[in-house]
Amino acid sequence: MARTAILRRLTWAIAEVVDRVDETPRVRSLGLDVPDWPGHLPGQHIDVRLTAEDGYRAQRSYSIATPADGSRVTITVERLDDGEVSPYLTDVLEIADRIELRGPIGGYFVWEPSRGGPLQLVAGGSGIAPLMAMLRARLQARSDVPVRMLLSWRSGEDVIYADELNAIARDATGVEITHTFTRLAPDGWTGRTGRLDRDALAELAWAPSERPLVYVCGPTGLVEAVASALVELGHDPARVLTERFGPTGG
Amino acid sequence: MTDAIHVDGNALGGLLIEVFGREMTDARGCCASCGTVNSLGAMRVYRSAGDVVRCPTCGNVTIVAVVIRERTRVHLGGVRWIEPVA
Amino acid sequence: MSFISRGFQRRQAPAVPSDRVPPGQHVTRDFPVLSAGPTPRIGLDEWRLEVIGEVDQPRSWSWQEFTALPAEEVTVDVHCVTKWSKLDSPWTGVPLDALLDGLETSAGFVVAHSYGGYTTNLPLDDLTGGKAWVAYRYDGEPLEPEHGGPARLLVPHLYFWKSAKWLRALELRADDAPGFWEGYGYHNYGDPWREQRYSGD
Repeated sequence: MARTAILRRLTWAIAEVVDRVDETPRVRSLGLDVPDWPGHLPGQHIDVRLTAEDGYRAQRSYSIATPADGSRVTITVERLDDGEVSPYLTDVLEIADRIELRGPIGGYFVWEPSRGGPLQLVAGGSGIAPLMAMLRARLQARSDVPVRMLLSWRSGEDVIYADELNAIARDATGVEITHTFTRLAPDGWTGRTGRLDRDALAELAWAPSERPLVYVCGPTGLVEAVASALVELGHDPARVLTERFGPTGG
Repeated sequence: MTDAIHVDGNALGGLLIEVFGREMTDARGCCASCGTVNSLGAMRVYRSAGDVVRCPTCGNVTIVAVVIRERTRVHLGGVRWIEPVA
Repeated sequence: MSFISRGFQRRQAPAVPSDRVPPGQHVTRDFPVLSAGPTPRIGLDEWRLEVIGEVDQPRSWSWQEFTALPAEEVTVDVHCVTKWSKLDSPWTGVPLDALLDGLETSAGFVVAHSYGGYTTNLPLDDLTGGKAWVAYRYDGEPLEPEHGGPARLLVPHLYFWKSAKWLRALELRADDAPGFWEGYGYHNYGDPWREQRYSGD
């Protein structure tokens, strides 16, 4: 099933919006029901295509935020103010609307429990989406791969999946989650602030000697800085996988 | 040098499937300039008038994808070979 | 009949073509940064601008020499093949007419070479007669690296990919030779007013 999910030829499918969850003031998760969905691996993405009445088309990629679950695919979209596609997805789409997409896409930035670990997940902002699919898959499979997750947010109100992450941090064994805030920490926050720089990574990430599988996702600047720092600290570059989304594509 | 205007080869995942008929981000490619082998997904993609894919080791152009009049053309002049996963 | 997304409209409709906006373009207030590669970082001490190739005497300027040349402040419209146009953009630069003044050449063509390896080609005529500059300030400030600084070519009457960033050298040639995007299917000349985006247009 997993192999089929990577190798299958792509066609555009029309999916139905079956769920909408407001994660933060700017971020919404959309649950989509996709006919004939072959399943997918954590880390894969879909391409979403919008077509206007005059034929104009816009297309963007979104990571799938959930592990394989029949015909259900969930994406987590941050609304970019000057975006063309994201405001449509977060503000216009309603339950029962339909949307054109293709997938699953991606064979490189992919993790499943059988790949082992330890697993190091690092994200900035909405870059958490594919890593959340990985974390949810690890829990669903009751895998004992140890996980460290480092999450960088601008402010307290930007935290996506906050309740779920708190529950996981509290209840799951072998999963450590650390948040840092770069602009405005929540009231009463006694935890970490500031960027995930080399010192922070040296302190918080799995040591290179553990040979972790590392997945870094987020804005290009953060991913570049974190990936470079990890390699400088001694991590094998072949085990540091990155998914940048640039400043474009909103 | 850092610059904030590139993405990873994943971003071309859909386009590559269109052209090759199968997943290609986990395919390996050998840079024609420096000979280093990397996953296509690990290569750096600069997006402007087309998608310019560069070797993460030496920075030279490996692949260029251009969509012209709704047809996608992939130039492979910067790779010695590409090898999809079995 | 393809699927239509309920309630979706393009964010920036093309402007009505006018004497300011070529066909198929929309006007933006931003200044998008698009590049075929990483931004080169050139120290002003090492920077050189050269005119080479089919010339009697190659020319070369250091940064001091180049910025001592008489420069013009110009306000021009620029048109990118990716469909954005930016009107009334303010630049300071040295006219190509001044850089090439007195040059003896039989060349009809130019290839502009950038730091970092980018190239683009144009007829020599399109660089002369008050049509082009080597710009080093934008809106009164030093041109930022992401926009082509220290200095870039500025040729507003052609699509903006012809205005090579991080300019290093102008190579004069008897014969034409396609540059980077021209070799990947873009139009050899690139007149936005005739919508010459792609080869064959």
